[in-house]
Amino acid sequence: MNRLGFGGWTILVLAAVFFGVPLVMTAAFSLWEGGDRYGWSAYRILLASPQLFNSMALSIELALATVAAVLVLLLPAMIFMNLYAPRLRPLFEFVAALPFVVPAIALVAGLSALVTGPEWLIGTPFYLVIPYFFLALPYAYRAIDVGLRSIDLPTLTEAGQSLGAGMGQIIHLVVLPSLRTALVGSTLLTLAVVFGEFTFANVLLFHTYAVYINEIGQHEATAAAALSVASFLLTWAAMLGVLLVGRGRITEGS
Amino acid sequence: MATVEIHGVRKSYAGREVLAQLDLAMTDGELICLLGPSGCGKTTLLRIIAGFIQPDVGTVVVGGQDVTKLSASERRMGMVFQSYSLFPNMTALDNVRFGPRVAGRPKPEQLKRATDLLDLVGLAAHAGKFPHQLSGGQQQRVALARALAVQPQVLLLDEPLSALDAKVRVQLRDEIRRIQRETGVTTVLVTHDQEEALSIADRVAVMNGGRVLQVASPATIYRVPADGFVARFIGSGAVLAGVADAGRVRMGALMLPATAATAHAAGQHVELFVRPEHVRLEAMNGHIPPGALAADVRETVFLGALTRIRVALREADGEVWADLPSEHAEAFKPGSPVLARWDEAAPRVMKRLM
Repeated sequence: MNRLGFGGWTILVLAAVFFGVPLVMTAAFSLWEGGDRYGWSAYRILLASPQLFNSMALSIELALATVAAVLVLLLPAMIFMNLYAPRLRPLFEFVAALPFVVPAIALVAGLSALVTGPEWLIGTPFYLVIPYFFLALPYAYRAIDVGLRSIDLPTLTEAGQSLGAGMGQIIHLVVLPSLRTALVGSTLLTLAVVFGEFTFANVLLFHTYAVYINEIGQHEATAAAALSVASFLLTWAAMLGVLLVGRGRITEGS
Repeated sequence: MATVEIHGVRKSYAGREVLAQLDLAMTDGELICLLGPSGCGKTTLLRIIAGFIQPDVGTVVVGGQDVTKLSASERRMGMVFQSYSLFPNMTALDNVRFGPRVAGRPKPEQLKRATDLLDLVGLAAHAGKFPHQLSGGQQQRVALARALAVQPQVLLLDEPLSALDAKVRVQLRDEIRRIQRETGVTTVLVTHDQEEALSIADRVAVMNGGRVLQVASPATIYRVPADGFVARFIGSGAVLAGVADAGRVRMGALMLPATAATAHAAGQHVELFVRPEHVRLEAMNGHIPPGALAADVRETVFLGALTRIRVALREADGEVWADLPSEHAEAFKPGSPVLARWDEAAPRVMKRLM
């Protein structure tokens, strides 16, 4: 009480009300069954809907594919830049910030008009992984960058080399375990971005989780509220996961 | 354990010469310090020996084998870095056994070697701790054990003590010397701290401007500096510019005693270099005996057991320092007239570069 003071507590309570009231009201609305009746019918409708699980499965697949793209493309590029081409950092920063300034609708228009490719990619929902990679880029880049800055990568690499290790051994035994927290953070942020993305999927007519939430909200308002609450709890669980991983010490050896 | 020979190594960055045609030879089991000011090229030379940098020309020969083209991981050289370079995801034990592990040694052998080395550096009780749980001095000891775990031909130490506080630095310095003697590994230590270099090294290589100016034992470097830079850089002392005149140096109206001046032709512009421990001071009673110089005390600096006194020579534009036991120095207050003298064999006299 003393540390925060009256002003601090006032701001804290106002913030709690600002964020808490809509959430509580959404949860209450999700339980409303008309008149003065409350119950779990909205949740039962959701659980009975195969579309929910289909859209969720699609979003999970797309999210995992996007995470894989981040780990396979972005991470090695950032390690390379930090080790061998630190002068390219401003370019990396610029490219990583670009998705913030290019509107999603412009990206999707460009993608629709310009990208041609093999049917196994362009004709399937995995086509979305391309724009999702760029959407997640600023968040994934920042999370990995923080991790790389927290370790002295060039010195650790040289230490490994002087001990006789090759680059593969150094990355496998030293760099990746040291970046575990950053990689988990980047993965969860990428998952969150992909799960919440609506514009690309809707315009390109893919039935992802966000598109399903929008659809159900147009004719089942309480079910949409129930879905929002469930999504919110899932996000909280994910964030808790990040915190727990961040606190845990990283152990390695065999 | 091996000899190290550097032959004609040169390195430039963007047209700026960092190392200039450098030669250096180290004997088996020797501890040599590369000493010099920032930017003198000492770290570049160490990194060339380690294999992190390729020289523009020249060769690095270790144990009779030319290793210039070998990568760092092929050279078997343990290295300790200035910044704590322990792997943050591993315990002290896992850090030390990293080298044998990547070399594919059996796990019992890895563990035995790592345990023995942690014992050698006095950290057996900390084997299970992570780097963030160790102090800076402990981390550098683990780094030293890790570097020794690969049974290196040469141990390379890149300013390993510079991030530590003064007391830990002295302790670890002594420990490095003890461990180096016990293991007998040829060691190259880079430092800009002359006290560190003089106290630990078998030989010191003083560098400046990408060149090795002098390689000699610490005592020789201190007593017989090869040139004006080494004389100024190592220890402290007064530099008085004058002209050689038989067994003296003429400086204005003064004749400064220095038998070393006989090595220079009469009339040659020279620098006389005299250290504070060679200068004696006496109270002046009006008479100036032969060989003594009239001077005035300018400043006294208390250093504990000794007090360093700066005096200005009266008949020439020059100053010298004298170190006196502190209990004898109280008589010399700033402004008081004194007689300064030194043994004529004590000063070094070097040709002055105009």
